[in-house]
Amino acid sequence: MYILSVIVENKPGVLFRITNLFRSRNFNIESITVGITEKPDLSRMTITTVSDVKTLEQLVKQLQKLIDVIQINVLNKENAVYRELALIKMSAKDPTTRIEIANFATIYRGNIMDISNETITVEIIGTPDKIDAFKNLVSGYGILQVARTGVSALPRGTIDDDL
Amino acid sequence: MSEMSGAAALMTALEKEKVEYIFGLPGGANLPIYDALVDSKIRHILVRHEQSAAHMADGYARIKRKAGVCFATSGPGATNLVTGIATAYADSSPIIAVTGQVALPMIGKDAFQETDIIGVTNPCTKYAFQPRHASEIPEMVKKSFYIAESGRPGPVLLDIPKDVQQQVTKMEFPDYIKVRGYNPVVDADLSEINKACEMLLKAEKPIIMAGGGVILSGAFPELQALAELLSIPVVTTFKGKGAFPENHQLALGPIGMHGHAEANKMVLEADCIVAIGARFSDRTVGRFDEFGKDINVIHFDVDPAEIGKNKSVNAAVIGDVKSSLRSLIKLIPKNFRTNEEISKLWLARKRELVNYYEDSIKDYSREITAKKALKKLRELLPAEGIVTTEVGQCQMWASLHFDVISPGTFFSSTGLGTMGFGFPASIGAKAARNDVPVVDIAGDGSFSMTENSLAVSVLEDLPVIVFLLNNQMLGMVAQWQRTFYNRRYSGVHQKNCPDYCKLAESYGAQAFRVSSMDELDKAIKNSIKSDVATVIDIPIDPDEDVYPFVAPGTGLKDMIIGA
Repeated sequence: MYILSVIVENKPGVLFRITNLFRSRNFNIESITVGITEKPDLSRMTITTVSDVKTLEQLVKQLQKLIDVIQINVLNKENAVYRELALIKMSAKDPTTRIEIANFATIYRGNIMDISNETITVEIIGTPDKIDAFKNLVSGYGILQVARTGVSALPRGTIDDDL
Repeated sequence: MSEMSGAAALMTALEKEKVEYIFGLPGGANLPIYDALVDSKIRHILVRHEQSAAHMADGYARIKRKAGVCFATSGPGATNLVTGIATAYADSSPIIAVTGQVALPMIGKDAFQETDIIGVTNPCTKYAFQPRHASEIPEMVKKSFYIAESGRPGPVLLDIPKDVQQQVTKMEFPDYIKVRGYNPVVDADLSEINKACEMLLKAEKPIIMAGGGVILSGAFPELQALAELLSIPVVTTFKGKGAFPENHQLALGPIGMHGHAEANKMVLEADCIVAIGARFSDRTVGRFDEFGKDINVIHFDVDPAEIGKNKSVNAAVIGDVKSSLRSLIKLIPKNFRTNEEISKLWLARKRELVNYYEDSIKDYSREITAKKALKKLRELLPAEGIVTTEVGQCQMWASLHFDVISPGTFFSSTGLGTMGFGFPASIGAKAARNDVPVVDIAGDGSFSMTENSLAVSVLEDLPVIVFLLNNQMLGMVAQWQRTFYNRRYSGVHQKNCPDYCKLAESYGAQAFRVSSMDELDKAIKNSIKSDVATVIDIPIDPDEDVYPFVAPGTGLKDMIIGA
């Protein structure tokens, strides 16, 4: 998996131009997140993609051609901090189950966001691997709904950019 | 700062960009712009269909090497432009398409003649602007021209809502603009040029493959200097046809699906290919996995994304090819002599192949064939005459049999393959260069698609010559059905309709139907001198095929020489 951290103009239509490029050039998007940066006129998109090196190179070059794209950093697991947030709602009809799930959540540094008589909803923040691991762990209880944000990432340490 | 409407600001900004012509058609959503046009010095050419407006702007741009401008209203007017915009995008031609849009409060309400033209054209424009306030227009126009003409050129769309056209406000016309995310590379990395130079000097059987980028950057003298300095034979891609004089002793003509047999063969035998402003399209190189597998490939291109897209390369020189070639030529030692023995053998091989294929490719026996007609046109047309083509057999015959002598005087819809492109594009070319004859090499299929531009050619006094190779067929499709579908013809007969001479005359053009080479000779001479649009209807054999060709999905080595 590659993580692309892309600085783009914060204006309407930019997300469309980027996702349309992926579609029309037959590139794969695993996840995409967008949010405003420290500068109000710029947004940061974090795009994760599973592809080979040659495709990645083409993808970066094609993205770079888009006029609304200001800067692209290709990050990997070693040189980036990256996190995803997931909300996982499980079936939990008896109290023992709810306690078990709550214990697992504590081990994964998750938070219980909601409990009802029949369900329990956990928030997990971490790398996609960690979220997958938690999902696998609790899958036996019956996962009812999952909402994941996709990855947000920043390069580690200081980087030179003059945006 | 002066106060004016958005529409007036648009026209003022276009005048500041030194626009001479606008090709367009008015409608409800661009009425304020057409009203402002009344007070403008820019000449408006009224078209009969917006597709032709985009092609005319494109033809103008290719000859002038400066953005051409077209206007359309919203909705259907705007969508009619799309084929022309996509054509310009595929061939990296700079056009500015200005469309009217419904008023801001109506956008998104499925208003009358509303289309999300920015969304529609996203994959085939370099960029698209939609001002939300009139005051944004001058800067957007300036940015449009900058983006369209610089780096790898391409079309830009400017979609202006009707109320924004009408809005009156203070306008500021900037002298200088910067587009933050857009930095087209100009100067190539010197170390890559060094590497390319070393590879080239070591090569024993080098070949230059010149593409459209040579024409776009006007690198004709540099290309010729490089070829002559190192005695390198030159092949061209179809878009690069005419980048190098085709009567030059080092010229091999076009390669690819409909290239010269000797050019294709020579490329397969080379040990080093210098691709200049070429993108290794499937029509040029056949199968990507076969082409140039065991040889050194040096790639010059202004667009970094072209490097390694279809073909991995050994050296990549990214930048304007004209300045890159200049730097490369400077690196070649003054006293450098190619290994003369080897070089002689390589050039002897070129002559041998040219002669071999000249003898082995037979022409048809009729008095007039496409090949003979095109050779005659070449003989009679001045070297600097401009030639454009339609799409299909006529286009490929032109590629094979019409030699371009003066660089940059030939163009065609090579990337998108747009039928109906050549005729309106030739009118645009005539607007750019009214001092030379302009000829559209046409087939009856393509000409049918935009023949209504005859009205424009006649009434606007932009006379061009339509050289109509008429086989009453969609000839290239018929040839493929003949070759690959066992002569099961489907949807290809046009059955002698209409009478193109009567059609031309009804528009006020002159027309000749020729049945002998003598008549053709007279018709060409007459139309070159003529100051009115001319259609030369040249009936040819519906069974006449284009040879040689490379079947789709195969490699250059699988070239078919004849039936």
